[in-house]
Amino acid sequence: MSASIALHAGSLERQETASTREPAWVRVVLVSVALTFFSVFLLLPLGTVFAEGLRKGWGAYFDAMVNPDAWSAIKLTLLVAVIAVPLNLVFGLAASWAIAKFEFRGKRVLITLIDLPFSVSPVISGLIYVLMFGAQGWFGPWFYEHDIKIIFAVPGIVLATIFVTFPFVARELIPLMEAQGSEEEEAAVVLGASGWQVFRYTTLPNIKWGLLYGVILCNARAMGEFGAVSVVSGHIRGQTNTMPLHVEILYNEYNYAAAFAVASLLAVLAIITLGLKTLVERQTRRQLQDIDTPSGE
Amino acid sequence: MASLRRFSPLPGFGLAMGYTLVYLAIIVVIPLTAVGAKTFTLGWDAFWAAVSSPRVVASYQLSFGASLLAAGINVVFGLIFAWVLVRYRFPGKGLVDSLVDLPFALPTAVAGIALATIYSQNGPVGKLLEPLGVEIAYTPKGVLLALVFIGLPFVVRTVQPVLADLEKEVEEAAAGLGASRWQTFCKIILPHIAPALLTGFAMAFARAVGEYGSVIFIAGNVPMVSEITPLMIITKLEQYDYAGATAVASVMLIISFVLLLIINGLQGWMQNRYARGA
Repeated sequence: MSASIALHAGSLERQETASTREPAWVRVVLVSVALTFFSVFLLLPLGTVFAEGLRKGWGAYFDAMVNPDAWSAIKLTLLVAVIAVPLNLVFGLAASWAIAKFEFRGKRVLITLIDLPFSVSPVISGLIYVLMFGAQGWFGPWFYEHDIKIIFAVPGIVLATIFVTFPFVARELIPLMEAQGSEEEEAAVVLGASGWQVFRYTTLPNIKWGLLYGVILCNARAMGEFGAVSVVSGHIRGQTNTMPLHVEILYNEYNYAAAFAVASLLAVLAIITLGLKTLVERQTRRQLQDIDTPSGE
Repeated sequence: MASLRRFSPLPGFGLAMGYTLVYLAIIVVIPLTAVGAKTFTLGWDAFWAAVSSPRVVASYQLSFGASLLAAGINVVFGLIFAWVLVRYRFPGKGLVDSLVDLPFALPTAVAGIALATIYSQNGPVGKLLEPLGVEIAYTPKGVLLALVFIGLPFVVRTVQPVLADLEKEVEEAAAGLGASRWQTFCKIILPHIAPALLTGFAMAFARAVGEYGSVIFIAGNVPMVSEITPLMIITKLEQYDYAGATAVASVMLIISFVLLLIINGLQGWMQNRYARGA
């Protein structure tokens, strides 16, 4: 599912000659169609978030943010991301090391299993943890006896978020590390480097941009997840509401200005994510060009 | 493990593989098997009653119908986007290229309330459409619109690199042999990018079927009319009908797995085909 959000290696533009160029009117029509679609489907929703958030002025905009419920939603969202992203980062490194640097049977099956969370509906991603830890779930009664709340509490939200963001880092690193091969690492081992040294000084510098990109995507999804978190949260104000859930509550109470004010914070996060993505893509392209044209030749 | 893998001088296979498998089992495999286990405790009659009630069947029709249509629309517009981004220069191109991924990056709830506001009766577009008798928000059309929004980047980002790699010489040869531009497109370019288009279509469709956040605000959620299948799972959960929710979820999961296998197959086909330099 994530091939479409993979980094673009190489330039995606090309030069045309007269024989491979469409008539001017065709070009104008196609560009106009694309720009119209872009404005209506992408720019308009983004602009609406900020316009509606500021409809009642800057005062109301900031009031919506410093509201105690909004503030606790922001803190919970950050907490969830701070737990989920590093866990999936470590997993992504382990999985890509095992898959890209070694040959073993069942590799394709393993990759498919890692991809699985991308093809599961967010609602089901929440449901599975209700079935595990809910009052009637497999482990629910045991946790209930020990007075540990998972569903309708923070641990459930963290688990559901880990699930939906599970493949992001691994998915970026596996193709990157496979393309780079393991010759450099093998040379380092022959020269007497320890396992940690091989990773720290050989592998990490090669994968840093892909790793950063995976973490950016993972973080954006962790902070913005709605469906899965909605199922396990219980929507307790000030306690188990993340930012997207807080936006939903405000919107359903017809408090549109406040809903869009909080939503605009998430929209800013999305814009930063896309900006970093563009930056990382440029870096990767430069890195590839350096490989293609070694200096001194 | 050692007998299953080829020798490598690199360290850390056992540790990395062990950690990967344990984490995968705890987070993904065991929780997903809970759906299967719960479904089996239901018994066939209860299962069938849950997954074939008229309201649930209406939700399948909407979810699958709207998702197919949305993925089809995405193929057309996704191809146009990929085409102009690869081949033309125009003002704002950099911005368009960066923001095509917006539906991936924007939290679905934010997209949902924005779309619902734009297309409601008082919204900027809804206001224009109302005199024409076109209602989008709170109808199945609204569901379709949200799914088109969410699926666009899948097609653009799958087709774009394939289109960029297409050798110019092939098109020049076709033109040299007297083919019109349209003939070259239909007989040379389209067959070349067909696997990518199909993969993008399948990805957009798979995402649309399970989508929740961006749809529920604009859908209006009228029973039998504009309820999507993921919402039926939520509705059953809110009524403490865990068995019914799980039954519907298992139907969706099976369809998702089949789609995942199809997408994997398509990607394998793409890799073979483009690796050979066809």
